[in-house]
Amino acid sequence: MSIGGIKPKHQRLVLVVIALVALIGAGLLAAWALRNQASYFYLPAEMAAKPPEQGRAVRLGGMVETGSIKTEADGVTIHFIVGDGKARIPVSFRGIVPDLFKEGSGAVAEGRIGPDGTFVADNLLAKHDERYVPREMKDMTAQQARATVAETQ
Amino acid sequence: MIAEFGLAALWLAGALAVLQLIAGTLALSGKGPGLAGIVRPVAMMQGVLALLAFASLILLFWHTDLSVKLVALNSHSAKPLIYKLAGTWGNHEGSMLLWVAVMSMAGGFVALVERRLPEPTMLATLAGQAFVSIGFYAFLLMSSNPFERLPQPAIEGQGLNPLLQDIGLAFHPPTLYLGYVGLSVAFSFAIGALVTRQVGPAFARAMRPWVMGAWIFLTLGITAGSYWAYYELGWGGWWFWDPVENASLMPWLAATALLHSASVLAARNALRAWTVMLGVVAFSMSMVGTFLVRSGILTSVHAFAVDPERGSFILALLAINIGAALTLFALRAATVTEGERFAVTSREGALVFNNVMLTGILGIVLVGTLYPLLAEAMGTKVSVGPPYFNPAGAMFAVPMLIVMAVGPLLRWRRDSFSRVRAALVLPLPLLLGLGLAVGLAFNRGIGLLPAIGLALAPAIMLASLLPLRARSLKRTPLPVWGMVFAHFGIAVAMFGMASESAFSSERLVAANVGDSVEVGPWKVRLARIEPIAGQNWTALEAKMLASYAGGAATEIDPQARSFWTPPQQTAESALLTRWNGQLYAVLGEQAEDGRWQLRLWWKPFVPLIWLGGVLVALGGLLALIGRVASDLRRYVVREKIADRRQRQGR
Repeated sequence: MSIGGIKPKHQRLVLVVIALVALIGAGLLAAWALRNQASYFYLPAEMAAKPPEQGRAVRLGGMVETGSIKTEADGVTIHFIVGDGKARIPVSFRGIVPDLFKEGSGAVAEGRIGPDGTFVADNLLAKHDERYVPREMKDMTAQQARATVAETQ
Repeated sequence: MIAEFGLAALWLAGALAVLQLIAGTLALSGKGPGLAGIVRPVAMMQGVLALLAFASLILLFWHTDLSVKLVALNSHSAKPLIYKLAGTWGNHEGSMLLWVAVMSMAGGFVALVERRLPEPTMLATLAGQAFVSIGFYAFLLMSSNPFERLPQPAIEGQGLNPLLQDIGLAFHPPTLYLGYVGLSVAFSFAIGALVTRQVGPAFARAMRPWVMGAWIFLTLGITAGSYWAYYELGWGGWWFWDPVENASLMPWLAATALLHSASVLAARNALRAWTVMLGVVAFSMSMVGTFLVRSGILTSVHAFAVDPERGSFILALLAINIGAALTLFALRAATVTEGERFAVTSREGALVFNNVMLTGILGIVLVGTLYPLLAEAMGTKVSVGPPYFNPAGAMFAVPMLIVMAVGPLLRWRRDSFSRVRAALVLPLPLLLGLGLAVGLAFNRGIGLLPAIGLALAPAIMLASLLPLRARSLKRTPLPVWGMVFAHFGIAVAMFGMASESAFSSERLVAANVGDSVEVGPWKVRLARIEPIAGQNWTALEAKMLASYAGGAATEIDPQARSFWTPPQQTAESALLTRWNGQLYAVLGEQAEDGRWQLRLWWKPFVPLIWLGGVLVALGGLLALIGRVASDLRRYVVREKIADRRQRQGR
């Protein structure tokens, strides 16, 4: 089981080559996996125009439409609509909602499009406080303002 | 007064760092022979001053001195004392001061006790430590001054993020920083060795305890952080592949690789350039982590304030430090002569495999962490989570763990598998048997990765004990015990992780008071809901009676807390730990019909994850004690011989 066939002189080279192959392998693997597994961020208008394929993990960010939150009879499943003034996407979520999740304010839902076109969220992120805002929601303020105006009119 | 004293101490410490760099460099280049003597005392003094500056800030938080901006922004007079003190580092400026203080104290400690390095290497090492420190002093003093006063003292402080108001804040950040920043010593050692071209077994033996010390704290810090996130966030998860978590994992992976390659260098004088490279990479990963966390490009509970100026500053520091180190490496790597040779089937071979795999995992984590930032710079918003990290990481982790089971049994230089086959007579059938059992379970819906983990973990636990066979347990050296503990701990943690994802059961219900909920073998009754109050919060507390498999009931009390400074709600989960797992309960909101949302998990063997982490750290501690003790013994013997020679008049 020794490396009898390889001249000792070449051992360092062999080690370097093995390490390189492993690292390049890791890089390719990472690139391939990222292409398939990274979860893209959608605004409601983008999701309506070009919906992601069913079952693919994505995130949806927008305003929780006023008056849209409905709780099912089980007491833990909610349905609501996320909009950006241009499109409205129905979302369902089973779980305990974050404290600052409320109608008329921004939220990010992590999940996937279900067979009936509803966005099924596994996780909801809401604006936490002034100092802690989900990254995607930071540059949404202008859009939010417009959306809020559109919704209240 | 205290604030001014702290600021003065900080400026002085920064000035001493500059002096340390200049004196060290001049002494090295032979221009100031008298300067060599002052480098060590200066490094020690710098450490003391940085510690004083940090102590001043703690004092300010203790007294809640509201004339200091940082205290007014982040503390509150009605906060429990422990969170006032721990709140010192629960903000950007304070945590950067902790970073700088740890770094200076590490340098001072090296100057105080390290006697094995040749003097020139020591000078270069301390100069290197000063070089890195200066950048962080500048960052602190110019863009993150923690001692800034307000023109008008505030009437009341704004309080600390309630998520941070937990005992975890007292332990997790300091431990993590001791590890994270302690790795700066490895970086400086690598610089020192490159400058003086003294890369050899003696260098590795001198560096190893320092890396080990930092690594122990890093391991504990990550373990504590994971447990804290687990019970504080109320999401029931223990690792989220959050960029901030990755920022602590990456230095750990690099440091783990470094420890193993340093042992090859120390014992066999091989892997010389590689070990030095890992020394540079390990602390570079700490700096990358700091950039990710402190620059504000990420949003999380760790990224306190968003300020683009700070981000650019840290990025510049990062580029200068890593760039300088890599340039030095490129210039000197060719002059680092090739080390001893070894066969593929040998202890060295196994350790090289470990190193390559660890580096592979590091690459996977690094790419996955940075990718969203790069993509965002190009206009696409993505996030990368478990679906990427778990399988991609496992591709490297699983082969590595298998080799980890066999590697310690191999001899240095050259060995054959046929020799160790006999030793594996127990773990191998165990692995096959378990593999079969788990394969059947896999058919019943357990994921592939948890199934592999469940099959591998017990076999690796057994195999990690094999280095003790045919040894007298009393005479087994402490470093061997350390290795056994650490490898065993890895397997224990892996079992916990696999069991958690394979066997957890979850219930999410809306329940009336008096209702019972079943989760796994537990029956939990919601007895009543009571309002209670703490020092700076009020809460609704659910009194729940949990009984395991029809046994006697134990009360658990999850809370929904409302803090008023700043106004925020947090869910305080309740945990009930048995030998075979943990019951986890969270109280949610009250629905309009009066029912309460409850979320319950039964997580079999989940505490093994953190127990494993502690075992790994304990293994490190044993190895460290063993190495330091034998170094001391050698040192004492040498002194005695020198002493005797002197007395004999030779």
